[in-house]
Amino acid sequence: MSDAGKPIIAVTGLKKHYPVRKGLLRRTVGQVFAVDGVSFSIGEGETLGLVGESGCGKSTVARAVMRLIEPTDGTITLEGQDITHLGKAELRPFRRQMQMIFQDPFSSLNPRMTAGDIVREPLLVHGVARGRAAEERTAALFEQVGLRPAQMRSFPHQFSGGQRQRVSIARAIALDPRLIIGDEPVSALDVSIQAQVINLLMDLQRQKRLSYLFIAHDLAVVEHISHRVAVMYLGKIVEYTDKTSLFLNPLHPYTEALLSAVPVPDPRLKRRRRVLEGDVPSPMKPPPGCAFHTRCPYAEARCRVEAPVLQEAAPGHFVSCHLHVAA
Amino acid sequence: MHSTEYDSELVKAGASAQGAFGQTAYFLRRYPLGAIGAVIMALFVLAALFADFITAYSPLSTDAALSLAAPSRAHWLGADYMGRDIYSRIVYGARISLAVGLGSTGLGCALGVVVGLVSGYLGGWVDLIAQRVMDILQALPLLVLALVMAAALGPSLWNTIFAISIPLIPAIARVIRSNTLALRELAFVEAAQAIGMSELRIAARHILPNTVAPLIVLATAQLGAAILTEASLSFLGLGIPEPHPSWGRMLSESAAEYIRTAPWLVIFPGLAISLVVFGTNLLGDALRDILDPRERG
Repeated sequence: MSDAGKPIIAVTGLKKHYPVRKGLLRRTVGQVFAVDGVSFSIGEGETLGLVGESGCGKSTVARAVMRLIEPTDGTITLEGQDITHLGKAELRPFRRQMQMIFQDPFSSLNPRMTAGDIVREPLLVHGVARGRAAEERTAALFEQVGLRPAQMRSFPHQFSGGQRQRVSIARAIALDPRLIIGDEPVSALDVSIQAQVINLLMDLQRQKRLSYLFIAHDLAVVEHISHRVAVMYLGKIVEYTDKTSLFLNPLHPYTEALLSAVPVPDPRLKRRRRVLEGDVPSPMKPPPGCAFHTRCPYAEARCRVEAPVLQEAAPGHFVSCHLHVAA
Repeated sequence: MHSTEYDSELVKAGASAQGAFGQTAYFLRRYPLGAIGAVIMALFVLAALFADFITAYSPLSTDAALSLAAPSRAHWLGADYMGRDIYSRIVYGARISLAVGLGSTGLGCALGVVVGLVSGYLGGWVDLIAQRVMDILQALPLLVLALVMAAALGPSLWNTIFAISIPLIPAIARVIRSNTLALRELAFVEAAQAIGMSELRIAARHILPNTVAPLIVLATAQLGAAILTEASLSFLGLGIPEPHPSWGRMLSESAAEYIRTAPWLVIFPGLAISLVVFGTNLLGDALRDILDPRERG
């Protein structure tokens, strides 16, 4: 899992377990293994796509990396600095280095603030600029994300969904971060608008050498923007490789099923769909052995007992599956 | 996309440097009911301020000959059983009733908002303790509390305001807390945390402004209730001491005895209270809309 050059962010063994409490005494009766040992790193100017179905822990990874929630275990290293256990005040300078774009363009902007105030806020909080200078920087940010500076006076409800995401992006890049975490930033948008927002993100990446952790459940979107992709299932990364090998040569049966579900815009093309049976097991009681064995068409006796680990099956191609272990 | 429309909307709204006159004209056109409420409130406040100039009689001077006199040219709204001019008493009573109503509502809201915001936003043991204190406040009967305060400190305007504001605190705190709990989960609060904003600033900048609507509704409803509560406190001798006029007491001490024989003793103070409550409700509704950017087009 090495990158050319030093990674902007490196996450190792990240875990987030939520206790389940019941009864009058709030006794802990179990754990939800939302994220259970996730490791990845992202280099400068690189995009790592993180995919998986709802509830697999993608957003929890994003929030833990942003230190919006406390990870149960693991380390988060931002530009060589371990930020896993920093307190609020110590974390502040590092907040400038990483920012987040949220999924819901409606709840991610305060309805009572103007778009200009929303984008200006990070500048004021970090004392980067104030007064006239902050005003000018905000106007420049609006232009960078394809909005008109005149729109600074508008309130969020006066924007369309795509424009709201642009405001969110402007807020995220206001502090010139190194890393932007997008938690399904385009999932709530129309397909045509999705493309515009993704192209904007890619342009900004080129201009500013930004690194992205791009979370999505739509593989077509991920294929377009990512350099490398990590596939998550039930709190774990099951496959992790560069984009080309993932899409041309998926190794994990789960990835295979995900890819076969991507719609192809050609009605004549007949494809072999691999439809998964059953539901995702509860993250409170992950099945023993390989978490995917309950739905895997290739499951063997071994898969039910022994949990596979993420191993390099081909150069740079990591997979967590007994069927693909080199030796 | 809609920004050109919005700009013209702004011009219509008089927000773009058209001065106070343009803004007032826009307010009148857009919120006629709110304007009526504002006028009613302004009249009462002015009456309270300039009571000396708009009354011919002292509100305290008694005249046995005038006892229970019906409204006449000399005494527009009649006189009470002690022969005191009711019009003068209502005008002077505006001072006390408005001070008690606005004072206790304002104090109760201020404290309730702080408790609710802190309790809902910080959660954990702070929330637990704050909510139990609120339970205690709510369990304490107002009259007992007022009695203790009046006994310890003597009946006065300030003690009355304090006593009435206390049961308001838990009512407001509960509503603000539940709103805060819901708002805290929204992505814009997370975004503010991601920026590295302090908890206090998030609570003040992002949560508080979004709780204004229920706060205004509650506060305007409580204002009338506070004026009436003062009446019952004064009736028991725990509020504003006699002979100072307060609408609540004018109403409560005459309601049972004179409603048949001299109804003006009851009707006019009642009308004054109703008008103030009506005015605040109209004004409150308009304020709620004005403060919500979504209502501005």
